[in-house]
Amino acid sequence: MAESQNGAPKGAVDLGAAIKDSLIATLVMFGLSVPILALRTDQNMENRLILEPRWHYVWIACALVFVGRLLLTLFVWNKGAKIVTKKAATPSDLANAIRPYLGRIGLILIIAYPMVALSITGPQGSIKWIDNFGIQILIYIMLGWGLNIVVGLAGLLDLGYVAFYAVGAYSYAIIATNVIPATIPSLGFWSFWICLPISGLLAAFWGVLLGFPVLRLRGDYLAIVTLAFGEIIRLILINWIAFSNGYAGISSIPRPSFFGIPFNASDVGFAARFGIEFSPIHRTIFLYYVILALALLTAFVTLKLRRLPVGRAWEALREDEIACRSLGINTVSTKLTAFAIGAMFGGFAGCFFAARQGFISPESFVFLESAQILAIVVLGGMGSLIGVVISSIALVGGIEILRELDFLKQVFGPNFDPAQFRMLIFGSAMVVMMLWKPRGLVSKREPTIFLKERKSISGSFVKEGHG
Amino acid sequence: MSTTLLSIDHLTMRFGGLTAVNDLSFAVRKGEITALIGPNGAGKTTVFNCITGFYKPTEGMMTLRHANGRDFLLERMPDHEINWKAKVARTFQNIRLFSGMTVLENLLVAQHNPLMVASGFSILGIFGVKSFKAKEKEAVEHAVYWLEKAGLMDRADDPAGDLPYGDQRRLEIARAMCTRPTLLCLDEPAAGLNPKESADLNALLMTIRKDHDTSILLIEHDMSVVMKISDHIVVLDYGVKISDGTPDFVKNDPKVIAAYLGVEDDESLEAIR
Repeated sequence: MAESQNGAPKGAVDLGAAIKDSLIATLVMFGLSVPILALRTDQNMENRLILEPRWHYVWIACALVFVGRLLLTLFVWNKGAKIVTKKAATPSDLANAIRPYLGRIGLILIIAYPMVALSITGPQGSIKWIDNFGIQILIYIMLGWGLNIVVGLAGLLDLGYVAFYAVGAYSYAIIATNVIPATIPSLGFWSFWICLPISGLLAAFWGVLLGFPVLRLRGDYLAIVTLAFGEIIRLILINWIAFSNGYAGISSIPRPSFFGIPFNASDVGFAARFGIEFSPIHRTIFLYYVILALALLTAFVTLKLRRLPVGRAWEALREDEIACRSLGINTVSTKLTAFAIGAMFGGFAGCFFAARQGFISPESFVFLESAQILAIVVLGGMGSLIGVVISSIALVGGIEILRELDFLKQVFGPNFDPAQFRMLIFGSAMVVMMLWKPRGLVSKREPTIFLKERKSISGSFVKEGHG
Repeated sequence: MSTTLLSIDHLTMRFGGLTAVNDLSFAVRKGEITALIGPNGAGKTTVFNCITGFYKPTEGMMTLRHANGRDFLLERMPDHEINWKAKVARTFQNIRLFSGMTVLENLLVAQHNPLMVASGFSILGIFGVKSFKAKEKEAVEHAVYWLEKAGLMDRADDPAGDLPYGDQRRLEIARAMCTRPTLLCLDEPAAGLNPKESADLNALLMTIRKDHDTSILLIEHDMSVVMKISDHIVVLDYGVKISDGTPDFVKNDPKVIAAYLGVEDDESLEAIR
């Protein structure tokens, strides 16, 4: 608070006044709670009336009032005062001080997460937390960031994004189980690292292939064609049994190696090479960092591209396609690059997904997946990277956490299974969000370049795109 | 007499059974401001859309000649190449800015093609190559030049959608000028402007003509603007050219007066008799 005392004395006065105000409220609470809460009359074993002291209730109530009142004065009620006085002094100095470092803090937390989970829950318990929460959320963050290029930046509504995810997954599965063993089996341990770029390229190729017929379509029509494209890919995977093994899917897909060193209990395995005891958690942690690196690559490329002419052209395309054409922008190639690059990251994620699961089938690539990825992008705020992270954690992690809420059984009876209500909760959360923040969690757009001062652009000016 | 920049020959545009422009021929001369006027629905914007490639004309030829003697047949080019190769820029009757992007970003999008080449089609740009950084700096300087000309320096970092109407009009012109055009087509630039904004606009157009190698073709209803700044006026009515000449000539042309004010209706008078 030292800074605010020098810069804006009003903030410091506010804090002191707020504490005084809270103390008064606490005193009132104390006065009220002593006769009501502090002593209870009860019967003892000899049927005599006794007084049972319950001072801890008083202390809890007073503490609650103090903290609650303080928070309300500082953060909630102060907002109104700010609007009246138009003072720049914000109530949340702490939040403002943290904001520039938010990205770095988040990154450190994400990097440290598997180690923290491991040390708290041990090698057995942590698999669930790293795999079901960490890796699962990161896959969706990466998919969200990939789709964000197409939907958020270029404004092309794509309802079939899962098709590229499937292309990536099946590329890896088929090349690693059929092509590599048949041609150069010695590459076996490297197959993930060889197939990763191939999957991305194949997905990008399919992205361009989808892009061509839909170039002239806009809005609803584009959405329907991309939806159909997603279904076509899924139906091909189901019906072309010689190619993809149909519903049965492809199993025993090689797992990724530590750059050529497999994660197994053998003498050449990861554990033996590094002289540590074998544990399946090694691979899980490694997978976590692989998907983290892939996701960060996606974010890095997106941030870079946004500041390049192609990224500005994407955003201009979302704002006004006709104006783009009048300024000499080739809208065909601009749309195709957006489709291709978005699809490429979907392909990377698909390749990783196949390697992590070891088994894939068309069941994993249904429309609901596309819808969920799109929901993540829309909920996060179109075009915002941090918004995608928040909404992935909320949507994917939130649904996973419902499985953990066993204590709800004590409230609603033993037959209550919270996981069965997840779609209901998911749906109502979406409705509430869209009423409360129709432009998504982070609706502001950051300009890609500035002359004097970087000003965020209110979401009300930014268009959603028409095609 | 200056040389011809754009010559329109026998331009015809039909939409199904409707002939919007019928056998229109005129020339835009280098370094001049040419105005295209006519009553509502005369086909002026259709002519613009043909010149800038948004429509493919049913018949006719449009030849643009650059100073180096190179000819461009506009009716054969796709719209983005008309801007990039033939250097024709345009504005729109209903302003089309990138409203969610800042004023500066709008002007940088207009320099997309040269920057795209400089960034090695994004591949070099991703690695932050120095030559691209230098080119981008140049582009920003070019944008700043036009911001100053349009009097928008103070608003450079604001979203374009947040500007008042008159500023948006001038920004759209500045954005078109950032593509370094040889021909600038303005579709009703003074529509909806108050007298002060209208005067600012005139000043901007006069600087463009004076300091730059850019000729202007404009559609306008505001006769105070048209008569004051244009060197040459073409009058359209029902898709046909009815008059073509200097402002003074056009002002006194009985056909123009008839088109705007209506003729004394001899036929109906005869019918009454």
